[in-house]
Amino acid sequence: MRLVVDLNRCQGFAQCVFLAPDVFALHGEEALLFSPRFDEAQRDRVEKAAAACPVQAILVDYSDEPTSRRSGWSPMSADTDVEVLRREGRIVVVGASLAGLRAAETLREQGFTGSLTMIGDERYEPYDRPPLSKQALLGRARPEDTALPRRRDIDAEWRLGVAAEGLDRDAKQVRLTNGDTVSYDRLLITTGTRARPWFHPEEAALDGVFVLRTRDDSARLLRKLTGGVSRVLVIGAGFTGSEVASACRELGLEVTVAERGPAPLVGALGGVIGAVADRLQRKHGVDLRCGVSVTALEGDDVGRLKRAHLSDGAVIDVEVAVVSLGAMRNTEWLAGSGVAAGPRGIACDAGCRVFDVNGIVTDDIYAAGDVARSPHPLFDYQFLALEHWGNAVEQAEIAAHNMICAGPDRRPHLWLPMFWSTQFGVNIKSVGVPTLGDQLVVAQGALAEERFVAVYGYRGRIIAAAAFDGAKWLGFYEQQIASGAPFPPEYRAVDRRTETLHPIDPAFPDPHLPTHGATVTLTGHSPSERRVAFVPSHA
Amino acid sequence: MTSGSIVAQITDYANRADPYPLYAELRKTPVRREDDGTYVVSTYYEVRSLANDPRLSNDTSNRPAGHGRPGQPAAESGLPPSFIFTDPPVHDRLRDTINRPFGPPHSPRFLDGLRGELAKVVTELLDAFEGKDQVDIVEDFAYPLPVTAICKVLGVPREDEPLFHSWADALASSVDPHSGDDGGPEKAQQARQELGAYLTDLIETKRRHPGPGILSALAPDMKPADLEATAVLLLVAGHETTVNAITNTTLTLLRHPDILERFQKDPELAVPIIEEVLRYEPPVQFVPWITALADIDVAGTTIPKGSPVWLMLAAANRDPRRFTDPDRFDPDRKDNEHLGFYTGIHYCFGAPLARIELHLAVPELFRRVKFSRLLEDPPPYRANAVLRGPRHLPVAIEGVTP
Repeated sequence: MRLVVDLNRCQGFAQCVFLAPDVFALHGEEALLFSPRFDEAQRDRVEKAAAACPVQAILVDYSDEPTSRRSGWSPMSADTDVEVLRREGRIVVVGASLAGLRAAETLREQGFTGSLTMIGDERYEPYDRPPLSKQALLGRARPEDTALPRRRDIDAEWRLGVAAEGLDRDAKQVRLTNGDTVSYDRLLITTGTRARPWFHPEEAALDGVFVLRTRDDSARLLRKLTGGVSRVLVIGAGFTGSEVASACRELGLEVTVAERGPAPLVGALGGVIGAVADRLQRKHGVDLRCGVSVTALEGDDVGRLKRAHLSDGAVIDVEVAVVSLGAMRNTEWLAGSGVAAGPRGIACDAGCRVFDVNGIVTDDIYAAGDVARSPHPLFDYQFLALEHWGNAVEQAEIAAHNMICAGPDRRPHLWLPMFWSTQFGVNIKSVGVPTLGDQLVVAQGALAEERFVAVYGYRGRIIAAAAFDGAKWLGFYEQQIASGAPFPPEYRAVDRRTETLHPIDPAFPDPHLPTHGATVTLTGHSPSERRVAFVPSHA
Repeated sequence: MTSGSIVAQITDYANRADPYPLYAELRKTPVRREDDGTYVVSTYYEVRSLANDPRLSNDTSNRPAGHGRPGQPAAESGLPPSFIFTDPPVHDRLRDTINRPFGPPHSPRFLDGLRGELAKVVTELLDAFEGKDQVDIVEDFAYPLPVTAICKVLGVPREDEPLFHSWADALASSVDPHSGDDGGPEKAQQARQELGAYLTDLIETKRRHPGPGILSALAPDMKPADLEATAVLLLVAGHETTVNAITNTTLTLLRHPDILERFQKDPELAVPIIEEVLRYEPPVQFVPWITALADIDVAGTTIPKGSPVWLMLAAANRDPRRFTDPDRFDPDRKDNEHLGFYTGIHYCFGAPLARIELHLAVPELFRRVKFSRLLEDPPPYRANAVLRGPRHLPVAIEGVTP
């Protein structure tokens, strides 16, 4: 039996922890950790916990392992009407992770009875990634226990462990690495991202150099961390890097974090909040070094990592390096297909329909999740690419809905970006697009207490809010952002520490310098725009 | 408030047994201004949004002169308000501190560890039904369990319970906005003082001789006055609300024989039944101690700064815009995001204790007792409009199985 908690919805009420303390735990005052898999003995308690959740954020799947089989299908012509499509169409989903699964479930839920094929390059059925850098590293959940709970049976043919390597739009076929082709009437692309590897392939291959994105990555890293290492180097202090550093400290390991920017999390939240993250790390005993890059990783005679060289001339002896330099979108397999796909993602309209390179929208290819970028009216219609759990779920549902209905019934994907991170016992949550902010105020609480809500302004309106252990307030700011409320928020409020608010510069790094921290990327206005690739600096 | 207004009718005892038609009327104006400047909010999304709005305060000393200030001890008493009547950062510090021995992250198994003892209490109470053909669910079952539970949580000697029973009653009625009609505030202040004196002694004893329960755990970390205020709040809340929840569940099930029959065949239905009762008959009907700190635009109305605000939880829980067929008691309801325990930072502190008690009490009650019928429907209610619940629930029974 498995479960997942929508941590965007979760506000840390902790009712589940009281009722099922073996399955749920609080990490700090409000960050929730949960065991994605539980056994029959816990069933009654989990049921009570799920029912008690004040924001109904717990999804439980009591069934045994989901079945997966599907017989043959009948081919159909390209220009078929929606009813025929819904009844006997062929839908292929490339990318069998969170977005792919939720899309498949939505298709079935909305009455799609045709054939459904799920293609995934990993060998595993869809699993949940956020625990891999949190519960899993702390030994509270095994990486292999993170399979996602199912909302319903999807009756799909699963092609797992084989990647897509090409798309032929004319033939309406996906080509797989094993030479097979799969035909579709509608295609959904949810290929997501992968961890950006260390830029030097030989160094990246050293024993002890890790990235963290997949179940296997997490299992390998966990084995190493619990196998008697003394110092870990984390390269990059974005969310994943900071979470890894936090877990290492909790495991009692010495940690050095090397961050090229001026503070942790600057790419996503700016330097003002970054300074709080900086303090948190040092307070928990992290050897944090900002403003430096790692220039080389050095191995011993048998290929084991033994030290790292930093751009300031420092040399550190380390046995483990975790490369946390952000993600790369899995779009290479679309090269030459004629769809507007590049390093910044696959451009699609607000209805998730993919654009071709000419900026003309296709009607049979859809994209959702980390790999998709689409225009958002609240943010100047810029194309947003969102590496957020909640976005994957919501966009997948919209894409699935739109794939099997007629034009006027289609819905736009206007989700307000939202994400969370748990590190050093603090629950960090954000809503809106902080990186757009040109000004910032601390509207509630105090930075010095590491418990606050910071509000970001953009041209005189509220554009985002970020909270440290203040999740219960974010719903309010979400409404403020959606309604374009004026910035700064001058009204009186509880826990306001100053008589008047003095907006300050949130201190985002120069956007022209590539960074790894941002999980919301503004990618300009053009559907086929391609930007520079990431090049590590060698200062 | 004009007499005859809907709000006056809601607080009128004559309507205690069934205020729901009045709530339905109220929802026609989601944000309604009373003649005295109080704003009454009754629709789900508006109530939920305001409960999470930092421009609203639980500290009633923010109200201009002339308005009632529930929760504020008389100035001469020198006592602090309890944490439910404070705002952050004071609220957060107090609640985090009190939570340390009570719940996660520091004590996630404290309440869980009380299950065994509380289950025993349930068994004893039901054993005592033996040989009777009529019981009062309130006196014989719903009242003794929560009282034992809160005494165990706090570490109050159970034998002292009769002492503060009447104090708790008087204090609970002080949150009722119309309790002034019968000298409530004076009685409440006096009860507060007597209970305070009792608790001051008890806390001092705990400080010297720590025992089980959270008062002993908190005594070294909290100012005596803050701890005393906390103990008063938890005692009162522990007395009044869970009693209502258990009684309301019993009453509702006896009024819905079809669901009762299903429940008896399928005990797992207890979980959704309990949540649905919290929506359908919430033990705290409304929260009348909120104050606007700024002008707030909501549902086309501006609530001016300084206005008292009432959030009508029981009305919101039956808002048809949120809950399909809201007046139907339906344990199969999906996505039951009710406001029975409120929401936001003031979400009921005792909710997990109440749920543990309900999960122990309700299935056992209906497994063991063969009910024949309600002897009075509606039953007599207590005066309180906020902490609304039957004073007695007499039922005829045919027997009790072991």
